[in-house]
Amino acid sequence: MQLSASQQILRPVRASTILASFALALFLNFLPWRDLRLLPDFVALVLVFWCVRQPRLVGLGAAWTLGLVTDAGNGVLLGQHALSYSIIAFLGIWLSRRILWFGAGLQALHVGAILLVGQAVALLVRLAAGGDFPGWPILVAPIAGAVLWPLVSWALLLPQRRPAREQAI
Amino acid sequence: MDHTPPPFFKRGPAPLVRLFFFASLSLALLVIDARFRYAEGLRTWLALAAYPLQRAATAPVELVNAMAGFFSTQAQLVQENEQLRARALAASQDAQRYEAAQAEAAQLRKLIGAQERLEVNAITAEVMYNGRDPYAHKLFIDRGATQGVRPGSPVTDETGVVGQVTRVHALLSEVTLLTDRDQAIPVQVMRNGLRAIAFGGGASGTLELRGMAANADIQNNDRLITSGIDGTYPPGLPVATVIRIERDAENAYARVVCRPAAGVDRGRFVLVLSDETARPPRPEEPQAAKGKTRGRLKDPLNSKDKDATVR
Repeated sequence: MQLSASQQILRPVRASTILASFALALFLNFLPWRDLRLLPDFVALVLVFWCVRQPRLVGLGAAWTLGLVTDAGNGVLLGQHALSYSIIAFLGIWLSRRILWFGAGLQALHVGAILLVGQAVALLVRLAAGGDFPGWPILVAPIAGAVLWPLVSWALLLPQRRPAREQAI
Repeated sequence: MDHTPPPFFKRGPAPLVRLFFFASLSLALLVIDARFRYAEGLRTWLALAAYPLQRAATAPVELVNAMAGFFSTQAQLVQENEQLRARALAASQDAQRYEAAQAEAAQLRKLIGAQERLEVNAITAEVMYNGRDPYAHKLFIDRGATQGVRPGSPVTDETGVVGQVTRVHALLSEVTLLTDRDQAIPVQVMRNGLRAIAFGGGASGTLELRGMAANADIQNNDRLITSGIDGTYPPGLPVATVIRIERDAENAYARVVCRPAAGVDRGRFVLVLSDETARPPRPEEPQAAKGKTRGRLKDPLNSKDKDATVR
């Protein structure tokens, strides 16, 4: 019998997997991209994933630290990403049981909404600090993140999957 | 009655409480950073932590470039070599004339008793990446305080001014592009010497001359160069070309839109200039006026002082 994705019994997650995924996400964000507005925020995406999957291991503290590193790396106001990632992490933890109930498509819808809230928080901070509106393309980033969600969640669960034979036993 | 759960079910404070804690911490940091700039020390440490990842992130681009170099054909190389040789020849002619002109200018300056201009030193730097923030126009270069970059130094590429170093970390520094909304640069129209100040246009990637009278003598395709009167940018560097002038009968001022001369969003190598010209001391500013202009116009001397205290 083929088990659905949510019913599969997974191996316990290793801390090294989580750390490596965050390092990879930061790396992807720091790549010299051409138009940053159209690109999903990989750190936010991976953060949502771990907050949904492992709310007891990854929480607001990790989100806040990642946000600070992102802020310093990009030379923006300290606290802008920290605030937005904290709120993203909170929503991820809060909705984690609900999100895991759905299939990949509906999960992506939830994740898109969470990323949109994060983007809106960052936008509000920037507008309050005197920045100007960067144009509607910033809405593309959360949508792109939601589209990538099934792929990201499949890839990040790979280290925890058991081989099919072991599963059957 | 004691209703606390056994210790192995303890999960710390509720998520909502934690959210309030971290949100207020972030907001406090935001205010401290935006208003008082006390957080620069923390920022330097965080930037150092992010540095290995940033350095690693530029590696794929370098790899692609190296691969492209490896697979370029001999014919291409020969052709490129010839082009470069022709350009070098043309440049050497210019350089000879420049030397003569410079000597002449120095003599004339001596005649009229003006201060001699000192040589401008340049540090070559490679662009690591653009800031991942659509709201600010920033660039990160791989030279920092260790290599002698100082805050406030102008940054140029081979075609003109790119921007200004606004923050210096140990191994990299942050360059604010001319197109940033908070960046201003004093310019001069090359054709007639008219002075103006160009402000960044934000997301549009253009510059804007503010406060130009509606009847000012300025035309489309006028070239703008640095005037050098701010003491930050050396005079005579190309800045922008005028692309659009809107003169409105209702308005006393003309709206002049310019396109930056340098590739502010392209190019891999830039020059960080350090100008050692001896300048007369700045006149004392009244305290009230100082508070008002803060944030709009970047005062190079003030920002230099601020950053120096942090380091």
